[in-house]
Amino acid sequence: MNEKTMRKSRWQTVIFLLIIIVLTYLSSAITSFNFIDGVATIPKAIGWMLSNLLVTQETLDKLPNILEKLAETTFMSIAATTIAAVVSLFLGVLGSKTTKVNNFLSVFARFIASVSRNIPVVAWSLVLLISFGQNSVTGFLALFVGTVGFLTRAFIESIDEANQSSVEALTATGSTYFQIVGKAVIPQCLPQMISWVLFMVETNIRSATLVGILTGTGIGYTFDMYYKMLNYNAVALVTLCIVITVIIVDLISNYVRKVIL
Amino acid sequence: MSLLKIDELEKSYTADKRILKDINFEIKAGEFVSIIGPSGAGKSTMLRCINRMVEFNDGKIIFNNHDVGSLNKKELRKLRTDIGMVFQHYNLVPRLTVIENVLHGRFGYKTTLQGLMGRYSEKEKEDAFRLLEKLGIHEHAYKRCDQLSGGQQQRVGICRALIQEPKLILCDEPIASLDPNSSKIIMDLLKSISKEMGITCLVNLHQVDVAQHYSDRIIGLNDGEIVFDGKGIELSVEQINKIYGTKAKDLITS
Amino acid sequence: MEATYIKRKKDGRINIKWGNKGDRVLRWTLVVLTILTVVSFLFFNYAGLELGSAIRETAYNLNVMFLEPALSHLDLGEAMYQVVVTLSLAFLATVIGAIIAFFLSLMAATNLAPVGVTRIVRVFVAIIRAVPTVLWVLIFAIAAGLGSEAAVLGMLFHSIAYLVKAFSEAFEEVDKGILEALRSIGADWWHIVKSGVLPSTFTYLLSWIFLRFEINFGVAVAMGAAAGAGGIGFDLFMASGFYFDMREVGFITYAILIVAFLLEVISTRLKKRYFPATTE
Repeated sequence: MNEKTMRKSRWQTVIFLLIIIVLTYLSSAITSFNFIDGVATIPKAIGWMLSNLLVTQETLDKLPNILEKLAETTFMSIAATTIAAVVSLFLGVLGSKTTKVNNFLSVFARFIASVSRNIPVVAWSLVLLISFGQNSVTGFLALFVGTVGFLTRAFIESIDEANQSSVEALTATGSTYFQIVGKAVIPQCLPQMISWVLFMVETNIRSATLVGILTGTGIGYTFDMYYKMLNYNAVALVTLCIVITVIIVDLISNYVRKVIL
Repeated sequence: MSLLKIDELEKSYTADKRILKDINFEIKAGEFVSIIGPSGAGKSTMLRCINRMVEFNDGKIIFNNHDVGSLNKKELRKLRTDIGMVFQHYNLVPRLTVIENVLHGRFGYKTTLQGLMGRYSEKEKEDAFRLLEKLGIHEHAYKRCDQLSGGQQQRVGICRALIQEPKLILCDEPIASLDPNSSKIIMDLLKSISKEMGITCLVNLHQVDVAQHYSDRIIGLNDGEIVFDGKGIELSVEQINKIYGTKAKDLITS
Repeated sequence: MEATYIKRKKDGRINIKWGNKGDRVLRWTLVVLTILTVVSFLFFNYAGLELGSAIRETAYNLNVMFLEPALSHLDLGEAMYQVVVTLSLAFLATVIGAIIAFFLSLMAATNLAPVGVTRIVRVFVAIIRAVPTVLWVLIFAIAAGLGSEAAVLGMLFHSIAYLVKAFSEAFEEVDKGILEALRSIGADWWHIVKSGVLPSTFTYLLSWIFLRFEINFGVAVAMGAAAGAGGIGFDLFMASGFYFDMREVGFITYAILIVAFLLEVISTRLKKRYFPATTE
């Protein structure tokens, strides 16, 4: 690198940083975000959390109710993820260039994945809520749709990366299409796919809280209820329960991932 | 009687470049034939035309009295069970066991569901073990394929071809990724298979000396055309030059 | 005489799998997931669900949404302004998150910090990640009042957690030789970071930051709707939950889709340009 290109790259860095600073300034102006206020809030907020977000004896009475809602939410997330994974497996096989049946179906699968991934889960929840009402099925479907989008893309990538040579070998033995997919492609990608599924289970438990707040179901609704009743001790307990669940799921999936990959 | 007859075979991927030009040859049952030629001469494409892994444009391939070009999907599947294939990169499914990979060779005889469920008869499994033993890798039967060395993986690949009970085995550069020691083992195995089991072998090779040592007959291919067809000893220096162009010297001395 | 290398099942049939640990765990994972899925349908609360009419209605609503999008409660300028507000929230959370994550990830990278420190940072990050973003925003909203501060601060947490993981992994892949060379000439820690670690990872980090920006846009939409944090998400919530105006919901969804799509295209471009080898 000579002096001239170094100077040029330094100028680029300066311009780049300037753009970022200007954009940050504009963003703060638009959202009336006050950086100093924001920073000042942090100690205040943490202090408030430490003094108010305490699990007290009387909130423990609510524990059975909270755990029931938490179980409902957790099961809903797992069911949504697993069933989405089955659908995504088909879409992924159709969408991947290694195993596609024809170009039309491949584009179609990718299109479905793209639409369901990019329409925010919020929009799905709200639309489904209107007709499906305040129950688990609404949350299940909202999570399901987003998960199909995400997993299909991930599965397509896993299948594309799989070694294509064994597909050739099985074709040469006179295998049928489904034998090739089932015995040459899937065994290679399965660990990767399971890893994505576990990741989505964990993500969906967190998203389910959001969906729950919007659709009035599960643990999200419980949280929202105590939150609006200003019962912060119960809010603390709900949060704690969610944290513990997510961490447990995280630990399990990390273990599985380590063994299978 | 000839097992395989190729007549005026033509193949091109794009309109302006012909990969195979007017290929004609016959192979008798039980023959061990090598196809030699520089990379890009069309060896791989030619091999893959025979079991229609690659669709050819013109000409005729007659295998075992069947017109390969005119078969429908089901008949093609049936044809492929009669033709085993061995690859340069072994093309095994890496995460599965050796024995599972060998049994994949039976898929052509099964319905889709049987294949997917992994329903193999006890006889098929015993045959698979017998083949593994014959090729000296039975100890590794339950290992994952990606834990084996290249030479061992290639032997698994050969077992997979043999369990098809094929009439013909197509070998696409079977020793190109192997060290000299393993190469010798693989070529000896192929030769003995051809002799003892009477299976016809058609082998793509890079190395002239290996081809001369093992084959009953050599076909020389250059730029999509057959430039030599005869016994190994008939192959003169000029003819090698004709097959390989100027690269010949390096190949012979090495 | 049976050859000893053939393994048989109890019923005498020959085994073709030799379940190593990975295979066993894989199979168990599949079985457990299946069982949990079946069980979960028993746990569901089906209150007030009429499947047939619900599906018909949803189909009708989706039809109206996507085929007759229109604005009624806000004009086009206002809608675009709200999209910009959402983008701004996402941008602020990403930029501030990236700066904090940069320093934290230096402490989380095993080749730059002592093991004890990396472990503490990692546990800290794991706990932060376990709390859903919407709860962070709502909790901050109590302390700071509902506004952009609560939204940005709440979104900050997951941005930091995500980027610390990505950054520290990038740092750990820096060539050992470079670090050793710098250490051997007596460079101090900060100097090593500045001239050894940063140059080789900078474009990588940028691409991760952009990816997080893409995610944060979606998060900002959700926070607007669920936590009332403003921006287009809030309008989406009002259009559907308050006015039941499917046409407006459709319009807003299209607006969000277009922005999300543009961000995806830009980030794919950036990835292709800066590290074409990886497709992650």
